[in-house]
Amino acid sequence: MKHPALSLLLAGLLLAGNAHAADADHVRASHAWIRILPGDLPAGAYVTLENDSDQPIALTGASSTRYAGVMLHMSSTEGGMSRMAMADSLTIPAHGKAELAPAGYHLMLSKPATPVQAGDTISLALRFADGSTLATDFLARPANAVDAGDAHAAHH
Amino acid sequence: MLAILLAASLLLGGCGGSPLPLRLTDISGHMPDLDFQLTNDQGQAVTGADYRGKVVLLYFGYTHCPDVCPLTLAQLHVVMQRLGPLADGARILFVSVDPARDTPEIMHAYVNAFDKHAVGLVGDARRVEALSKRYRSAFTRGPGSDDGNYEVSHSSAIYLFDRDGRARALATPSASQDDLVHDLHLLLDNGATP
Repeated sequence: MKHPALSLLLAGLLLAGNAHAADADHVRASHAWIRILPGDLPAGAYVTLENDSDQPIALTGASSTRYAGVMLHMSSTEGGMSRMAMADSLTIPAHGKAELAPAGYHLMLSKPATPVQAGDTISLALRFADGSTLATDFLARPANAVDAGDAHAAHH
Repeated sequence: MLAILLAASLLLGGCGGSPLPLRLTDISGHMPDLDFQLTNDQGQAVTGADYRGKVVLLYFGYTHCPDVCPLTLAQLHVVMQRLGPLADGARILFVSVDPARDTPEIMHAYVNAFDKHAVGLVGDARRVEALSKRYRSAFTRGPGSDDGNYEVSHSSAIYLFDRDGRARALATPSASQDDLVHDLHLLLDNGATP
């Protein structure tokens, strides 16, 4: 850069930009997958979220062009009973991670515009407390999958 | 004499069947035999007696359950795979606690997406409740949302029955697959041959 004043200005803008970066810029999503169920039954979506910022970040929901209904839910088992309830948000701790995983937090996807097949990639926009969104590709997996299938799972 | 009688009653099996070194919670003699009148996922009327000769894994759930029910059935599928050809001696009976929405057709598609040894069972609320209560289990339909959707809270237990229909073990969804495989081996080796 030839002009020192301009480069200083640009550097200043970049710093300012970083200081006010949106929640979504600090979140990394991995192991994103959907358990597909037959017909138009609702499906569960799972993902691991990592937060590289100094502040906790709250996931508040998600949306999709493929599914009309996307809701953040939490399953729990207490006193031998399984329950499912809507959740307002899931906090990803500063420099930590939060998992949406079977039998815990998940996104319930309902009313697909067209049937989703195992092997399809479905994009969901994860939404955070500041309104920013993170487009994330979820892999559709068969009903009897137990995880994202991208780990070195044991094959029998 | 008393000792001989006791030994004889143990050998004969009594009401709970002969003791087995089960790793899951042993419920032999503490829960009634498998008995119900429901409709299978082919639309046929079936009773508990139709599954005598098979080791049965009984689980309550519903198809509009996107998380815990599929997880449990997927885990049972892994267990069945680990049993190999022996799995043909076992049946997973998935009983719907959502009679309003679960038809035999939906149940058929649902259970077959998990495991070929799984059977979906439906019935009117009274009959499902009778079966649920028989095993001291329960289910409750939650409030409906604006779009008519609702959740059902239900017992998370998996009940294991031997080939003679006797209740033998109780597993929670968090039970280790090793323990399930271990106990299923014991039950498959035990009792009447198919």
